[in-house]
Amino acid sequence: MDSTLPKFTSSRPPAAQLGRVMIEVRNLDFFYGEKQALYDINLRMFEKQVTAFIGPSGCGKTTLLRCINRMCDLIEATRVAKGEIVIGGVNIFERTIDVIELRKRVGMVFQKSNPFPKSIYENVIYGLKIQGVTNKARLDEVVERSLRGAALWDEVKDRLHESGMSLSGGQQQRLCIARAIAVEPEILLMDEPCSALDPIATAKVEELIHELKKSFTIVIVTHNMQQAARVSDKTAFFYLGRLVEFNETEQIFINPTDPQTEAYVSGRFG
Amino acid sequence: MTFTDNSFQKKSKSLPRTIEQFSFWAFRLATYLILIAASIIFGKIIYEGGKTVFRSEFPFINVPFLTQAPQTLHVFEYKGEKMEMSDSEFRAWVTAQGIDGSTFKTTSYSYSGGGIMPAIIGTLLLIAGSMTIALVLGIFSAVYLSEYSQDTKFIRLIRLSIVNLAGVPSIVFGLFGFSLFVLIAPIITETPKNDALWVIPLFFGNYVLSFQGWGVSLLAGWFTLAFMVLPIIITASEEALRAVPKGFREGALALGATKWLTIRTAVLPYALPGILTSSVLGISRVAGETAPIMFTAAFAIRDQLPWQVQHWQDFFFQGVMALPYHIYVVSAKIPQNEYTSRMQYGTAFVFLVIVFIIALTSIILRNRARAKYRW
Repeated sequence: MDSTLPKFTSSRPPAAQLGRVMIEVRNLDFFYGEKQALYDINLRMFEKQVTAFIGPSGCGKTTLLRCINRMCDLIEATRVAKGEIVIGGVNIFERTIDVIELRKRVGMVFQKSNPFPKSIYENVIYGLKIQGVTNKARLDEVVERSLRGAALWDEVKDRLHESGMSLSGGQQQRLCIARAIAVEPEILLMDEPCSALDPIATAKVEELIHELKKSFTIVIVTHNMQQAARVSDKTAFFYLGRLVEFNETEQIFINPTDPQTEAYVSGRFG
Repeated sequence: MTFTDNSFQKKSKSLPRTIEQFSFWAFRLATYLILIAASIIFGKIIYEGGKTVFRSEFPFINVPFLTQAPQTLHVFEYKGEKMEMSDSEFRAWVTAQGIDGSTFKTTSYSYSGGGIMPAIIGTLLLIAGSMTIALVLGIFSAVYLSEYSQDTKFIRLIRLSIVNLAGVPSIVFGLFGFSLFVLIAPIITETPKNDALWVIPLFFGNYVLSFQGWGVSLLAGWFTLAFMVLPIIITASEEALRAVPKGFREGALALGATKWLTIRTAVLPYALPGILTSSVLGISRVAGETAPIMFTAAFAIRDQLPWQVQHWQDFFFQGVMALPYHIYVVSAKIPQNEYTSRMQYGTAFVFLVIVFIIALTSIILRNRARAKYRW
């Protein structure tokens, strides 16, 4: 298996790299109808690390992210032609997989913040409510914990029952993060979470990611290379549906082995 | 070179300018014409109908008109005075005066006395039943089409038939309802009619499933009207569902909601205002159409009120009076005179008011739902 993975050329293997493998992508081929979107992807993401997917538009990074919690199922005529994604020892593309359970364990934050047009409180407890949790004390506790976890508590604690839509863009995105972590997932997928935010809101979310990685394994797709450099431990560079290079973030940005990676991270194409 | 060409200066009488003016006025007048037409229609009905519905002395409303069934109107001269009385009033009056009613000479006009209460109730019942059926079927189909179905040939065929169904004239729905619901729809009974199309034993007491039709009945009218408005409801509900941002669905699914839970908690509530809007259109159509009910549900005259039935089941199998059909009857089925015209305008006025009130209620409900779920 290891032979199929890109070589780790890091001269300075940090201790974290030796953590548990949370997500393992093996030989994945993915199609949208007749069009192949991913070619033979092999990738390992480690526990409590931030893995960033970078690459130009249409390179397949979002597709791969959406495979990890099977949100790719939502689009008609998609299929996994070959390979698997293993989480917790099972291939999530098996027929026996309960997608609902999978999504409880693999949360997701979207590119465009999508709070429900309900109160802040209702937004955070949505995931628990659909699981049938009605204990008021428990819900209150989860709301506070999640909003604190998403660094939003201090800003909204006095107006929990106002609409989530009344928040600013950055606050909405953090509300979505709070909503995602309220169900206590192990993995958090982030699909360009800052692309619609101003620099200050972006900085807050990035700070938050640093905090979140203490509790969650995070996979983040980003167009912003500085962001990848700032928040991630490992970076995967995709191009035209292929994984070009996967390594320690530092290595990718300072000393990439592939000329394409070098060209992309230095801003010469993409 | 001096600038001498002044071709851009307005010439008051040039052909292009005349055309410009003419087209502007053509468009403007066409638009104003709508206002004129609306004012004439509403003005005439309110003016004429108001004379029937309102009274100059207390209680200012013609109570018998709203609370009685249609009756024959007796017009006669008594002690040099012209009297107009509905049949029931006339009988009471005759008894009170001690006159021999059988020899007393009056001119009588059928349907021109009394009121329209059974028609009001009938119309309300028809609206309530058919809208319930149409909304349930319509929302279910819209949810299936927009949330579950994939774009296959079969689904395209279904969409095509919905579009076509919307274009079917209402009289055709009337005939369809008559042939299907009135004549052959199945009922469960112990005593099937002899002319039932099929009779299938149910092995349950003496009960059989008898395809003998529902007769001219509320039930037949409900289903006929429901099928008539179904295309409107489905199309509008589907649009309302599509207007709900994709992010709501993704957000719910990513939190581990099942498909149905997502639809129920993150899609339907936000589509509700749009669906209610469509039901406003549906209500006006259901209330207003005469053709679909004339063979299936409407009686020209029925003295008993719908709840005056022996068994509760009979409620569904009785014909009712309805406002649009009543207008048709008093306008086209009986000899016309000044007394029937009062009835026509009075009925039309009440009818408009009822449709207006129902539409207003739906709009208020919709605005409430909108205020609650805004995005």
